[in-house]
Amino acid sequence: MATLLQPKKNGSINPLKSSAPLGAALAYLGVDGAVPLFHGAQGCTSFALTLAVRHFREDMPMQTTAIAEVETILGGADNLEEALVNLQARMNPKFIGIASTALIETRGEDITGDLLSIMQRRHELARTAIVYASTPDYVGALEDGWAKAVTAIIEGLVVPGERRQKSLRQINILPGVHQTAADIDQLRDMAAAFGLDAVVLPDLSGSLDGHVNAEFTPITSGGTKLEDIADMGEGLATIAIGQHMTPAAEALEGLTGVPSTVLANLTGLAATDELVALLSRISGVAVPESLKRRRSQLVDAMLDCHFYLGGKRIAIAADPDLTYQLAVFFKSLGAEIVTAVTTTHHSALLERVPAKEVVVGDLMDFEERAAAAQADLLVTHSHGRQAAERLGLPHLRVGFPIFDRLGVQHRSMIGYAGSRDFLYEVGNIFLSLIKEKKPEDFTSAEVPPFKVQEKRDVGQTLAIG
Amino acid sequence: MGEVLRSKTAELFNEPGCAKNQAKSEKERKKGCSKPLVPGAAAGGCAFDGAKIALEPIVDVVHLTHGPSACEGNSWDNRHAATSGPSTYRLGLTTDLSELDIVMGNGEKRLYRAIKDAIARYDPPAVFVYQTCVPAMIGDDIEAVCRHAAEKTGTPCIPVLSAGFSGKKNFGNKLAGEALFKHVIGTIEPEYTTPTDVNILGEYNIVGEIWQIKPLLEKLGIRLLANITGDARYRDIAGAHRARVNMMMCSAALINLARQMEERWGIPYFEGSFYGIADTSAALRMLARMLVERGAPEDLLERTEALITAEEARAWARIEPYREILKGKRVILYTGGVKSWSIVSALQEIGMKIVATSVRKSTEGDKERIKEIMDDPHMVGSVPAREMYARLANDEADILLSGGKTQYVGLKARRPWLDINQERNYAYAGYDGTVALVAELAKSLSNPVWEEIRRPAPWEISADIVPLDCGPQSRSGVGEA
Ligand code: SF4
Repeated sequence: MATLLQPKKNGSINPLKSSAPLGAALAYLGVDGAVPLFHGAQGCTSFALTLAVRHFREDMPMQTTAIAEVETILGGADNLEEALVNLQARMNPKFIGIASTALIETRGEDITGDLLSIMQRRHELARTAIVYASTPDYVGALEDGWAKAVTAIIEGLVVPGERRQKSLRQINILPGVHQTAADIDQLRDMAAAFGLDAVVLPDLSGSLDGHVNAEFTPITSGGTKLEDIADMGEGLATIAIGQHMTPAAEALEGLTGVPSTVLANLTGLAATDELVALLSRISGVAVPESLKRRRSQLVDAMLDCHFYLGGKRIAIAADPDLTYQLAVFFKSLGAEIVTAVTTTHHSALLERVPAKEVVVGDLMDFEERAAAAQADLLVTHSHGRQAAERLGLPHLRVGFPIFDRLGVQHRSMIGYAGSRDFLYEVGNIFLSLIKEKKPEDFTSAEVPPFKVQEKRDVGQTLAIG
Repeated sequence: MGEVLRSKTAELFNEPGCAKNQAKSEKERKKGCSKPLVPGAAAGGCAFDGAKIALEPIVDVVHLTHGPSACEGNSWDNRHAATSGPSTYRLGLTTDLSELDIVMGNGEKRLYRAIKDAIARYDPPAVFVYQTCVPAMIGDDIEAVCRHAAEKTGTPCIPVLSAGFSGKKNFGNKLAGEALFKHVIGTIEPEYTTPTDVNILGEYNIVGEIWQIKPLLEKLGIRLLANITGDARYRDIAGAHRARVNMMMCSAALINLARQMEERWGIPYFEGSFYGIADTSAALRMLARMLVERGAPEDLLERTEALITAEEARAWARIEPYREILKGKRVILYTGGVKSWSIVSALQEIGMKIVATSVRKSTEGDKERIKEIMDDPHMVGSVPAREMYARLANDEADILLSGGKTQYVGLKARRPWLDINQERNYAYAGYDGTVALVAELAKSLSNPVWEEIRRPAPWEISADIVPLDCGPQSRSGVGEA
């Protein structure tokens, strides 16, 4: 449906994308007892840390190999070794996830090889699970880093081989970078409604859901347990969310034989129906009343809200999966996607975004296109606030980073309940903009031409392999 | 990496105006102050970060970051340097180098075109170009590109050699000063000068603090020729070499610039602070005295005293209502050391007790000042988060004052926290700023939320729970007696 546009430019103005190493670090933070380690110069970690702290409003255990001038010339293997040993001694983490940065990758270092020889030399490191994902800043964006880290965790820590399930009740869920703690809680509850225990990897609902511990810990608390990761082969099935999780799902399926399904999207009625039907098939349990009730609440919300969303002109700028998810959802309520800007072209899903074109670009592309298209609403992360100010348009915050709104981890936009709440949030924006009419509003009012919508593409499941 | 960069680095580390360096032996001094970083121990910002912090508040220019998208992408739009006019500085521009650009060695070309595009689009008085790690490593010569672009376009292009790996944030501040000295200051003559022209160095107009200071100067007839760099216009900084006096704010961040301006243009400088009532008065006095020494009218001294008397009285009157709440309250101050002494004196003035102050980035001079003003200076280096948490949780202090990265250590220990770094939302400079700081402290400390959240849940005090009398089948049987 959508054509993919990559304007040729000499840089970007007001970047939309967050870096791949940051995405990887966020994924690592969803593991219990973890410390993410950036392999590169110290500033990269500091910036990533600051941004993540602003979004989650939590302390973040992110570390750096602190490459300085000398190592930039001579190579960073010694720093990597020193960092691992130091981290081990100081924090005693159960898990260290390494994300490389552009500097180290540009030198062309053999990090996998370095890591192997370090592990051979340093027996004390055997107590800690260590994985590495290659995430140079100049390739891809947040989604790519997240997906690579999850794949690295699976390849490094899942015990391979097919086996008979111990419990017959376990499923694996691989959430995308665009799922919040509340989304994950909801997924787990939905699975539980079918009698299924979900192993969620990574699980930010335990580690970054904004809780106050009784004691201080310098590493993550909560998050996926290492033994649960090892046992992912015990699952009945794997559900991955978002196109970018396809490689991770494939890796898990390849290692363990557990069949996997990638759901492109979990926002809205059709998408949630598909998930619920899938859970019912996996578990062999009929859809419980509690979920039917949530479903009817969402239907009612759609009835209440469609008045305010119908015909609205929406501009979206986000990572590919989130763009797709939002676009499909808004479209299902009669709104039109007049602008869609995304961060990377690494997604086959982009062609299926219900918009005329999807631009791989920055927030300046977004601002200019939204203005030209006379958008009614800007949907993007917090950095879009400057564009919203300049254009005088309402701004709905989605994705990462959201640093000028509170409680972002507790806001869900998936499943029946999350979609319902999200829909009310959007509806309320438009409702609050309705002004009392004055005579002068009618004198030369221009009525935008009425357009009949195309029929929506309902099939959302992505075939795997 | 260029030879230029390496020799520049050594030179800056060898800053003769830096007290810390002067205290060392000749041999040690050669090594400079590049304390090696410890891999795997939390780290702060890089040199690029420091350079950007120092220069970004020049509001009418384009700031263009040369590198892969992460350096700028992860950091733009995260500070509260305020502007009274143009907002060009708030744009996040980066060459956003791709893998292909790096492999093909297209960085310089791409940079040149990005500069040209930015000039065509925004017509700024200048473009600042920041070097980052990857292009520095592969040898992109941003000085040459800037020179070429300036020639072609007629717009000054200022190279800032701020490869992140070359040092820490503080070092980046110095690189920023270096870029201003080498390429900006002295390139334009001011339209006119007065005998009371001054510059302030190292003031970034965080949440508008310069507007708490400027009116004071104006009342005295002192002209702020250039604020370097908060709410600055390019032309003002370019003409800053005609000032009579330079005031350096608190830290040694731009000391190389102050010293070089003294050497080349004979502008004397002093180090002062606008945090706290006493320091604000002292800074105004010093400015007046130095200006008079350099030929400003004598009566400036008297007028300064009169202003100080009036402003101090007004400030204390406004602080009075908060005194009860704040008296004796214990503070841990964890600022990174740059502002520690000025904040220490501000807090002591209002009767608070400093139980610890960090000096991890302070110079020897900073430490001396702290010793001077505190009876019992509990100076600490960097405190691991776990220890900080323990101190707060064990009730060793009533409030933590720090930057944003430490905030959750305080909050999770269920202690009040106040932001005094650059992400803060309130302006704390000058007399009015001190009143604002006191008000914020009081608001935070007296919030009933602390008592509420420290109270254990009812079921944690199990002895107090008596089952409801629900008839004969009361399951536990407890409480029947
Ligand atoms: S350390 Fe280097 S690559 Fe990292 S943010 Fe700083 S300049 Fe950029």
